[in-house]
Amino acid sequence: MQKKENKDLFKASWKYSKAPESTGHIQIQKKYDLYIDGKFTKPVKGKYFDTINPANDEKISVVAEATAEDVDLAVKAARKAFSGWSKLSGKDRGKYIFRIARLIQERAREFAVIESMDGGKPIRESRDVDIPLAANHFFYHAGWADKLQYAFPNRKPKPVGVVGQIIPWNFPLLMAAWKLAPALATGNTLVLKPAETTPLTALKLAEIIHASGLPEGVVNVVTGAGQTGADIVNHPDIDKIAFTGSTEVGRYIAKAIAGTNKKVSLELGGKGANIIFEDAAIDQAVEGIINAIFFNQGHVCCAGSRLFVQESVADKVIQKLKDRMETLIVGDPLDKNTDIGAVNSKRQLRTIENYIKIGLKEGGRIYQPECKLPKKGNWCAPTLFLNVSQSHKIVQEEIFGPVLTIQTFRTIKEVIEKANNTPYGLSAGVWTQNGAKIFHLTQKLAAGVVWANTFNKFDASSPFGGYKESGFGREGGLHGLYPYVKFD
Amino acid sequence: MLPNLNNLPVYDTVGVDERTARFRSRSIKTASKKEGLKLAISMIDLTTLEGKDTKGKVQQLCYKAMHPHDSYNDIPKVAAVCVYPSFAGIAKKALEGSGIYVASVATAFPSGQTALKVKINEVKTAVDHGADEVDMVISRGEFLSGNYQYVFDEIAAVKEASGNAHLKVILETGELDTLDNVRKASEIAIYAGADFIKTSTGKVQPAATLQVTYVMLDAIKDYYLKTGKMIGMKPAGGISNAKLALQYLVMLNEVLGEKWMDKSYFRFGASSLLNDLLMQLIKEETGVYQSSNYFSKD
Repeated sequence: MQKKENKDLFKASWKYSKAPESTGHIQIQKKYDLYIDGKFTKPVKGKYFDTINPANDEKISVVAEATAEDVDLAVKAARKAFSGWSKLSGKDRGKYIFRIARLIQERAREFAVIESMDGGKPIRESRDVDIPLAANHFFYHAGWADKLQYAFPNRKPKPVGVVGQIIPWNFPLLMAAWKLAPALATGNTLVLKPAETTPLTALKLAEIIHASGLPEGVVNVVTGAGQTGADIVNHPDIDKIAFTGSTEVGRYIAKAIAGTNKKVSLELGGKGANIIFEDAAIDQAVEGIINAIFFNQGHVCCAGSRLFVQESVADKVIQKLKDRMETLIVGDPLDKNTDIGAVNSKRQLRTIENYIKIGLKEGGRIYQPECKLPKKGNWCAPTLFLNVSQSHKIVQEEIFGPVLTIQTFRTIKEVIEKANNTPYGLSAGVWTQNGAKIFHLTQKLAAGVVWANTFNKFDASSPFGGYKESGFGREGGLHGLYPYVKFD
Repeated sequence: MLPNLNNLPVYDTVGVDERTARFRSRSIKTASKKEGLKLAISMIDLTTLEGKDTKGKVQQLCYKAMHPHDSYNDIPKVAAVCVYPSFAGIAKKALEGSGIYVASVATAFPSGQTALKVKINEVKTAVDHGADEVDMVISRGEFLSGNYQYVFDEIAAVKEASGNAHLKVILETGELDTLDNVRKASEIAIYAGADFIKTSTGKVQPAATLQVTYVMLDAIKDYYLKTGKMIGMKPAGGISNAKLALQYLVMLNEVLGEKWMDKSYFRFGASSLLNDLLMQLIKEETGVYQSSNYFSKD
């Protein structure tokens, strides 16, 4: 590893004592069943699997594994509930969604702690980002429920029917909210499958939904791994599939539903370009780089994982970035001072470590700050790769971890070409104090979201989605309603 | 020589807000809290700058500076007592042998609106009366009209007049309006010979904020990288509780680090802060809050 010239220059000496969020107030059951037709139901085949805390490898709970039979029951329950739910007035649908939003807010602390325990993300993020945004999505879409005729003037929107929703492990509750809220607001019923490594907050959400009095069968939650997802995708009585996850699975889904009448929306991988110009506010840009790649351990589909720095400021930016990385605190996700938590699963850790190996083999120059990683659990130090180019595998493929590749550029034209030179097109960031440059780039970058002088900002009213192999369909905002309605 | 001001880093207000919010979200508990509280006490420039100041008031304040809270052991003294020049002599005498410095404001504090000659005289008077540190104000009017050379020369002249006294240069960031201006003024002050740069007089709102302090720390960092010289930082005005003081220290810790975590390079200009720090420190020691009546108000 490269030795750093400047490491001790601005070394922080004041070590913060442990400040863990308390877990005394949360309730996790020993065993979770499937939520089908308004009841927690044992799986037909009686199979369960463990859900593990990635920060210490301890078992948190056991969760039912849904098989094709369970999925069938869930779809039947959703079909049965559809006629009632879709005919309910928008105002009444909105009332339920508002209620769910408020219940999430009331139990925000509990949700935040469980999210961090089950998924490994720092409590600072689950508390300040995931949970508030999830509530925000329900509130926002509750507002749409009785205003759909204004969203689509003169077009009479109708719900598509029974929706199968498959969500990833990086933002478990938030992704559930992104999927559920618009589907419910537009009058669909649904079967939701959370990821197998992070099912707990979706199951807690099922408890809240149950408490909200939502009619039976409108929302069904089935837990399980890839096969359960495939069972949903291939179920003949599902009208639409909404999926967030890897491009590989997205391709499988697209193939599986080809020739059927199923609608589909896919939000897939990304390899976002984060572009720093010489006239940027450099210090804030450095903070933006940190936020873009190390937010949620880099398990973010829209992460800014390819950094492009203009050559004239490259040395300065990289030095500042290294200095800043020295102050990042990696460790216990439940500690309020933790900046970077645990990698979500052993499998993902292996994937990331494999990419780091490939990067080294390809001749990339690695940089990692001196941080002590805990012995138990899945950990990866924040990592930079210098001396890489567009031809490097680690620049081309989504790593989905705290690994940033750094390239330099000279001109706007060059950086646009490089930024777009990827099969993905989900996000990009532009850092400059020159407004004209920002507009020039936002027009040329083929990415669903382009952030200017900030990164990883989300809001329920702002549509999110990808170009190219990053998927299609939008979530959030008016655009996010389209995938859940049909017109005569 | 006046540095090149055209090539300075620029600052994005939204970004700086977010950055400082991150410092505010650090949770400082138990041992690290005690350490921080004690460090903050030792960094205070205990201040009284009022038209109604008297000899008696200044003497009382000096006693408080030396004996913040005698009921408990192991509580550090403050760093300095900050007064108007007319009380520098009185403070010097009252603090004799204590190791606490006398800081005197000067240069037509707080507005700075008088002739340079008068300012120089005032500085010399303060130093003659025993001021160890001089807190000067920059000419904000000249700065805002673009006369950077004037501002630079004035600071350099005051530095010369201060002799061996440490010079703290008050930028009065509340009147400079933008973070880019704060950086520019920091640059001028540092290159003109400031030992410390200081945010505010306390007479203009907003006084010290985490945001302007962050920009000033960034200027200090860049200067250190260029020259290897360490400049001190003093946020002043509006830092009245322990929680906020700890947030400043978190920022100092994570931006400039170990070497600056000392009263030689960081000060708080404050008056009511001291008692809150004491109250929190004793709460950490005993587990309970005491009534404010147990803390002397001088």
